[in-house]
Amino acid sequence: MNALNPSGWRPHKGESGGEAPQTVSGDRGLMLEEALVFEIGGMDKCGVDFDVEPGAVSGALAGHVRAAPLALAGLTEPETVRHYTRLSRQNYAIDLGPFPLGSCTMKHNPRLNEKIARLPGFADIHPLQPQSTVQGAYATIHELAHWLTALTAMHSVAMTPKAGAHGELCGLLCIRAALEAAGDAREVVLVPESAHGTNPATAAFAGYRVENIPATAAGRVDLAALTARLGAGGPEKCDVAAVMITNPNTCGLFEPEMKAIADAVHAAGGFVYCDGANFNAIVGKVRPGDLGIDAMHINLHKTFSTPHGGGGPGSGPVVLSAALAPFAPLPFVERQADGTMRLVEEEEAAIDHPGSFGRMAAFHGQMGMFTRALTYILSHGADGLRQVAEDAVLNANYVLRSLEDVLDAPFADAGPCMHEALFSDTGMAEGFSTLDIAKGLIDEGFHPMTVYFPLVVHGAMLVEPTETESKAGLDRFIAAMRSLAGRARAGDPALKAAPVLAPRRRLDETLAARKPVLTWRAAPAPPMEPVLSEIGGS
Amino acid sequence: MRYLPLTADDRAAMLGVIGADHVDDLFVDVPAEARLDGPVHGLALHASEMAVERHMSALAQQNLSAGSAPFFIGAGAYRHHIPASVDHLIQRGEFLTAYTPYQPEIAQGTLQVLFEFQTQVARLLGTDVANASMYDGSTACWEAIAMAGRVTKRGRAVLSGGVHPHYVATARTMARFTGDTLETLAPVLEATPDDTATIAAIDDATSCVVVQYPDILGRIPDIAAICAAAQAKGALVIAVVTEPVALGLLRSPGELGADIVVGEGQSIGVGLNFGGPYLGLFGCREKFVRQMPGRLCGQTVDADGKRGFVLTLSTREQHIRREKATSNICTNSGLCALAFSIHMTLLGGSGLDRLARINHARARAMAKRLAQIPGVSVLNDSYFNELTLVLPTDARHAVRDLADAGVLGGVSLGRLYPDNPELAPGLLLTATETVTDADIEALATALETALAGVPA
Repeated sequence: MNALNPSGWRPHKGESGGEAPQTVSGDRGLMLEEALVFEIGGMDKCGVDFDVEPGAVSGALAGHVRAAPLALAGLTEPETVRHYTRLSRQNYAIDLGPFPLGSCTMKHNPRLNEKIARLPGFADIHPLQPQSTVQGAYATIHELAHWLTALTAMHSVAMTPKAGAHGELCGLLCIRAALEAAGDAREVVLVPESAHGTNPATAAFAGYRVENIPATAAGRVDLAALTARLGAGGPEKCDVAAVMITNPNTCGLFEPEMKAIADAVHAAGGFVYCDGANFNAIVGKVRPGDLGIDAMHINLHKTFSTPHGGGGPGSGPVVLSAALAPFAPLPFVERQADGTMRLVEEEEAAIDHPGSFGRMAAFHGQMGMFTRALTYILSHGADGLRQVAEDAVLNANYVLRSLEDVLDAPFADAGPCMHEALFSDTGMAEGFSTLDIAKGLIDEGFHPMTVYFPLVVHGAMLVEPTETESKAGLDRFIAAMRSLAGRARAGDPALKAAPVLAPRRRLDETLAARKPVLTWRAAPAPPMEPVLSEIGGS
Repeated sequence: MRYLPLTADDRAAMLGVIGADHVDDLFVDVPAEARLDGPVHGLALHASEMAVERHMSALAQQNLSAGSAPFFIGAGAYRHHIPASVDHLIQRGEFLTAYTPYQPEIAQGTLQVLFEFQTQVARLLGTDVANASMYDGSTACWEAIAMAGRVTKRGRAVLSGGVHPHYVATARTMARFTGDTLETLAPVLEATPDDTATIAAIDDATSCVVVQYPDILGRIPDIAAICAAAQAKGALVIAVVTEPVALGLLRSPGELGADIVVGEGQSIGVGLNFGGPYLGLFGCREKFVRQMPGRLCGQTVDADGKRGFVLTLSTREQHIRREKATSNICTNSGLCALAFSIHMTLLGGSGLDRLARINHARARAMAKRLAQIPGVSVLNDSYFNELTLVLPTDARHAVRDLADAGVLGGVSLGRLYPDNPELAPGLLLTATETVTDADIEALATALETALAGVPA
């Protein structure tokens, strides 16, 4: 293996048989390499001008001042803009094309939402300002809370959870607090095998033992097995605190027996938690509260289009039934009789909300996501939200029916899917798998679908087009998938090398985990001679 | 509808391919009684950009924004000037509309940013390593306590009286469910933090000591002394930093011996946003890395030997590890981490030093002016850009009067500690580089008026 130069570019023969021309810079046309900021910046560089002279440090810092400024390289503004713009071009994004990650819901992010979130009246207010000065902020949270409860037919909503998993935790803590208040400590949470990994993780964190619920051949929760596990002894004999169910589930299928499941759990004295990650498939069409659900988090970044931002921030408000509402976390916003808003914090809660399980995080939750989500809801309106669900489901079924003859679709015979289409790796040539299809999609200019999830299907490929994909965009994706499926079935060895057209080829994840390098450290200058001679020699 | 690309003809053609007559045939698994026949009650039909903007702007205008008033609020969220290029760059679609970088070949932009972020955070906190961010400072603080429990196999955490009360409340909530014991000390209105009480609370069962630096009253604790005492008992020290700009000037907690350093990163690159989204900073010693919560980005090579970056050590995380995961966090705060990293790049070490010095100088000017008000005194012996003023009355009244006079004059300790009447005279005030001399004069004048008639 040859040495890296500082920017990481190792001149080499063209990936596809040596035809690609070598360049001295390491860049190739619009394919731009970019070194680390620490390799191009300097301690003498700064992109910020200050208009005040600081003066001497006072006695109030005596003994605490660092010996020298922090050793961190800086850049001027033009260099900074260029560094991050060049880096941005190494990313795929929903703005560039379909991003069909099942369960993740990568839909278009309306730019009006970004504009609204940046209004000074939302972006430049402090969470601890006097309540009289932020009435509009409380009213915004209250209005979004209203629509979330209306869309789900639930009693109330806890707005503070910071993301989906945090919302799951909020829901389970409400359930545990409610059971404890009733003097009914229970030990078990039931989770289907197809569940998101966050479900069992959350249940374990909340102090419960996790047991699996089996699935039927049709990819649904096995109601008979669930009822048997709950037992016929009623609430006194049951140790199940809650059942966590995703609906539509992670196979992209609606759980038609949801109401019967909820009734059985309630009869046994337990609660029903619904993972709302897939609410986007039914928003405006089905209200989870009508199905007997006690708690459900809503990923605002999925159903209500707040941007994923390369991995957060998320936001996970949790809608609650009347039985769980008294235990909801602090703080929350309340409209008073005179129409003004107030924030219920620790002081007021001691009197008005004594059952609360407490605070989950500082301040009020993800306000910047609330403004975006409310803007999205008002933009779509009642008719638009229904159309969102219908188009999301239509797009997924179109993909399912356009690919089922070339890819194994384990549940396709049973009927339509909801917002995502599930395929398996059955039928591919020996040594070929889902990963090869995924990496092949990269060369075709698409982001891969979710792979190897859910766990209940071998080599799962979960495709979620979302409602913001056009038919023409889907047809291009389908054509690429049909080609790749054919290559995987035929065992085309070139597919194993994919991707060859991306900024990087397959990365060595084993090396990264075995010898973790998590921060940059200045290394000796790279040996320039060998690198240059290699360019000359190739 | 402007966000939905399918035309009526598209829908008809697609239904034809599917073999369905109507879109409702695709919802056949939904029982009839669960279907909502009409529109959601009370929700209007779709609306134009102009109409929605009008509605949302009216809500925004009901708030007094920090930039339109003399502003001195801190207590865990700080108003700093953010260079224009930061917000421009984070709105590039390739950053804004990308997902978690699970496909590293087409996510090197996000991954390299995370690697740079982790390096910047580790340097700032003085730790060997740092993760790719947490939800916020309060959740990072709890995760650190839980991590210390895993490392030491002990279940009793000591939280000093200087830790932000929301952070304490968050930890208390979580501990109630995990069975950890928290020894939470109360703050006392004194000129120096009560490090002696913190040290006295450490025993042989203590997993960790949590110390805020500077603390909730703006005072600077002696981290090195606490580290020495904790080490003698086999306990870890968790330092909490809610104002990272302070570390431009103060010695880093890692350098002073803290094992884990967590913080709220909002101050750098991320606006106030009424409390969120923010980003939690999390750094620790390298030997604890496999016990660390949250996402980590690591360096590796691709099939051609080129340097590249991937998410790594994900066997700790819940999407892989399920019920054996090391933490509750699944996502991180990616876009906020990007904003932090860009702002940090613009500053560099020298710019951060300068910014920190200006912050301290503004706080000093504020302290000097306010100390001239009869009956008012500055509590702190030490402070960075935030300090506690002791008033001759309940500071909650003063904050209200100041707001009525158009001045956003700090946070009363009574609001933060409603159960502790001894703290009621305390008013927490912050002065960053955004505060002008005129702002300080406006605060002083309004406070003089508010206190007129109160016996000194």
